[in-house]
Amino acid sequence: MKFAIQINEGPYQHQAVDSAYQFAKAALDKGHEIFRVFFYHDGVNTATRLAVPPQDDRNLTKLWAELAEQHNLDMVVCVAAAQRRGMADEDEMKRNGKDANNIHPAFRISGLGQLIEAGIAADRLMVFGD
Amino acid sequence: MSEIKKFMYVNRKAPYGTVYALESLEVVLIGAAFDQDVSLAFLDDGVFQIMKGQDTQGVGMKNFSPTYSALGDYDVTKLYVERESLEERGLTLDDLLPLKYEDEDDDWAEKDSIKLVSREELAGLMEDQDVLLNF
Repeated sequence: MKFAIQINEGPYQHQAVDSAYQFAKAALDKGHEIFRVFFYHDGVNTATRLAVPPQDDRNLTKLWAELAEQHNLDMVVCVAAAQRRGMADEDEMKRNGKDANNIHPAFRISGLGQLIEAGIAADRLMVFGD
Repeated sequence: MSEIKKFMYVNRKAPYGTVYALESLEVVLIGAAFDQDVSLAFLDDGVFQIMKGQDTQGVGMKNFSPTYSALGDYDVTKLYVERESLEERGLTLDDLLPLKYEDEDDDWAEKDSIKLVSREELAGLMEDQDVLLNF
């Protein structure tokens, strides 16, 4: 089956990012396809490369980045949600005249159309959140 | 992408207090460009999102409720409101924004976008969807 995943809650604050990761990993292990992972609302904070969680805890950005690398996952961060929350890649940094950026290279910033497209293209859109 | 899917945006939360309602509306507006079969559901505290006379001056947030009136122009014309959620909150249809659209299949007659449905009917509508986006 072809899945798309939407994540609506922030990392560590809420289990949604963990549950989505475990779901994605299990689905891929079973030979299913993940069309796209779309980070929305506070979920966009998962994409920061600057988080330093305690060493004995999981690092959600790293876990997703490793999974993405292994399976060539398309991980999209919503641009509108990202702008509100101070998440920027180099292009967004320059476009908005900011002095820093923080997006991990495993993620890319794009628009909400990518979420709708994922809903159309996938057999199932799984929403993780409250 | 010629396939048309049934998308339902499920709004369960109050308009302010959290950002879900505002960012749900942003998805609806962008999603309208994809020519899918779109509907919105308002239930639980989500019914407060489309209440008349919202005034956010005291909380210093943007009142985005006027945007719901533009949904008809985006061909988003099916707004299902769960009757039980309204009743549980002491609200009636008169407390909601008079949201309308012009029906192109009926000589552009102005029609109500809001459809009151029972909890049971809404469950059935959800069952019919291809994609449910929960906010």
